[in-house]
Amino acid sequence: MFTINARGVYYKELNQMVRQALSDGAGEILIKNVNGQCYIADALRGSVRFTLEGTPGNNLAAYMDGPEVIIRGNAQDAVANTMNSGTIVIHGDAGDTLGYAMRGGEIFVRGNAGYRAGIHLKEYGSKIPLIVVGGKTGDFLGEYMAGGIIAVLGEPDGLNSVGRWCGTGMHGGVMYIRGEVPDYHLGNEVRICKPDAGDEAILSGILSRFRRHFKLSVATYDLQSFIKLVPKSNRPYGNVYVDF
Amino acid sequence: MLREGDFRIPSGCAISGIVHRKGRAMSGESIIRSIALMHDRSNGLGGGFAAYGIYPEFRDCFALHLFFDGQGARKDTEEYFSRYFVTEMSGPIPTRKNAFIKNAPLIWRYFVRPKPEFLSAGEKSANDFMVERVMEINGMAGGAHVFSSGKNMGAFKGVGYAEDIGDFYRLDEYRGHIWTAHGRFPTNTPGWWGGAHPFTLLDWSVVHNGEISSYDANRRFLEMYDYQCTLQTDTEVIAYIFDLLVRRHGLSVDIAAAVVAPPFWSEIDRMPPDKKEMYRAARIVYSSLLINGPFSIILGSSRGILALNDRIKLRPLTAAEKGDFLYVASEESAIREICPQPDRVWMPRGGELVWGLLAGSALADSGACPEEINGTA
Repeated sequence: MFTINARGVYYKELNQMVRQALSDGAGEILIKNVNGQCYIADALRGSVRFTLEGTPGNNLAAYMDGPEVIIRGNAQDAVANTMNSGTIVIHGDAGDTLGYAMRGGEIFVRGNAGYRAGIHLKEYGSKIPLIVVGGKTGDFLGEYMAGGIIAVLGEPDGLNSVGRWCGTGMHGGVMYIRGEVPDYHLGNEVRICKPDAGDEAILSGILSRFRRHFKLSVATYDLQSFIKLVPKSNRPYGNVYVDF
Repeated sequence: MLREGDFRIPSGCAISGIVHRKGRAMSGESIIRSIALMHDRSNGLGGGFAAYGIYPEFRDCFALHLFFDGQGARKDTEEYFSRYFVTEMSGPIPTRKNAFIKNAPLIWRYFVRPKPEFLSAGEKSANDFMVERVMEINGMAGGAHVFSSGKNMGAFKGVGYAEDIGDFYRLDEYRGHIWTAHGRFPTNTPGWWGGAHPFTLLDWSVVHNGEISSYDANRRFLEMYDYQCTLQTDTEVIAYIFDLLVRRHGLSVDIAAAVVAPPFWSEIDRMPPDKKEMYRAARIVYSSLLINGPFSIILGSSRGILALNDRIKLRPLTAAEKGDFLYVASEESAIREICPQPDRVWMPRGGELVWGLLAGSALADSGACPEEINGTA
């Protein structure tokens, strides 16, 4: 494992050090004492595995295409901005706009996520991005979501798992949310339905991967306690400017 | 020709604030380190700080900080002062050479008291009298700007990156129990010394990340209460709004927050009846003081700090606690830079107040008498 001490290192130098390590053949990189450096692991390809200790800065893993990034701490805003593939595991909380316009890959957050998680999430063919939040999320979850899967586990109590205006502008993909979401917290473009057997198979797979990433032994979720949110239409604003 | 997109300036303003709730004083070094970590959020066209508890030897005087275009403006202003004030002490604010801070104006401070004859009729509080004088000087276009006018506090600001401004003003040599800071990335207006944050009036100070689309609506309403907006930056109105609502009209800060970042009507409709009535009234009476647009702000006062986001949280804000310290900043890393292991870290919701009041302080809760009614400072 290649180790970098990021204490006091400017983000440009840090990212140059990372790229140097990769061109030297590093397959696993540990970055210690990260604090606020932005753009870490951006646009990187391949199967490298990063472990970050500390609080990485904004736009972590933007445009990332393949690597695995483990954050032992909290993440800030815009993690996985337009990410294409790979895995992100956040042991603490995530900031706002988690998975902004993400197109593939997976994010697992042990704690809470901020506002606008999964905004503009999209999918195409076999590339179906996944965001799993162990705790609760802020307002505008899945805003303008066009594809992919979001699961919110609502720890510790499964109450008020998501904020206001959940799914506003959603027109593709699916959300699984533990607990009830009152109608007045839903965007106009989504409806609640009950997960079917196919959904439960997907959820079971998601939950077992969540437990594996965070080494949780207990499996206590009642799949019946999840609701499913889907868009009412795949083109909610088609008539905004022109009335057909 | 250099085209747009050939290089990128990753910026978006930075704010940071620290308060020790039991009033323990600290030097300016911590807040400089915190704001410096977010260097790339600003672009060198504005930086500044507010510090509370720094002038205990003049705690009863208004500490006026001024920018002058030249010695003529200073002499004219001092003549004006001699009409209205008893000046206990005055002099240039100490600065040190910093290679990145250029074209500084003359920067002076005056510790003053209003002459008793102006207050003797009892019609005016000393605070109201000071607000009038500040508005008058800043409105005269005489090359003088008051950028700080509170007691036992001061603003220090200018054109440059915040950490360089902090070094320039020698903030490591001051000790205060509340500090706020701003790194500026000006939008819509040029960066100039008076336009840097914080914006202040009496002991209010505001640092702000965002943009106020309602600036002119807010400004017109404030002008009816004799506030003059002369500093060419939208943030100025926030300082005056809180002065009007909390000091003059005696609203509690949570109602003032519900004026500037109100709940949506649909949410007000779901409130219990008495709360609903209060929030409806606040929105209706002060509809012109709603701050429209994205913002995260830290409001400083001698009683503590408050942090607030716009109601749909279009700008970042993180808070943390460690013992008696409360920290707020645009980024969590800016807090961890000076407090690596906080007891608690959280991201406040849009429109949710983060309170950092000093022990035993209350910001004019609803039981207090507003100055408009009891006429005293």
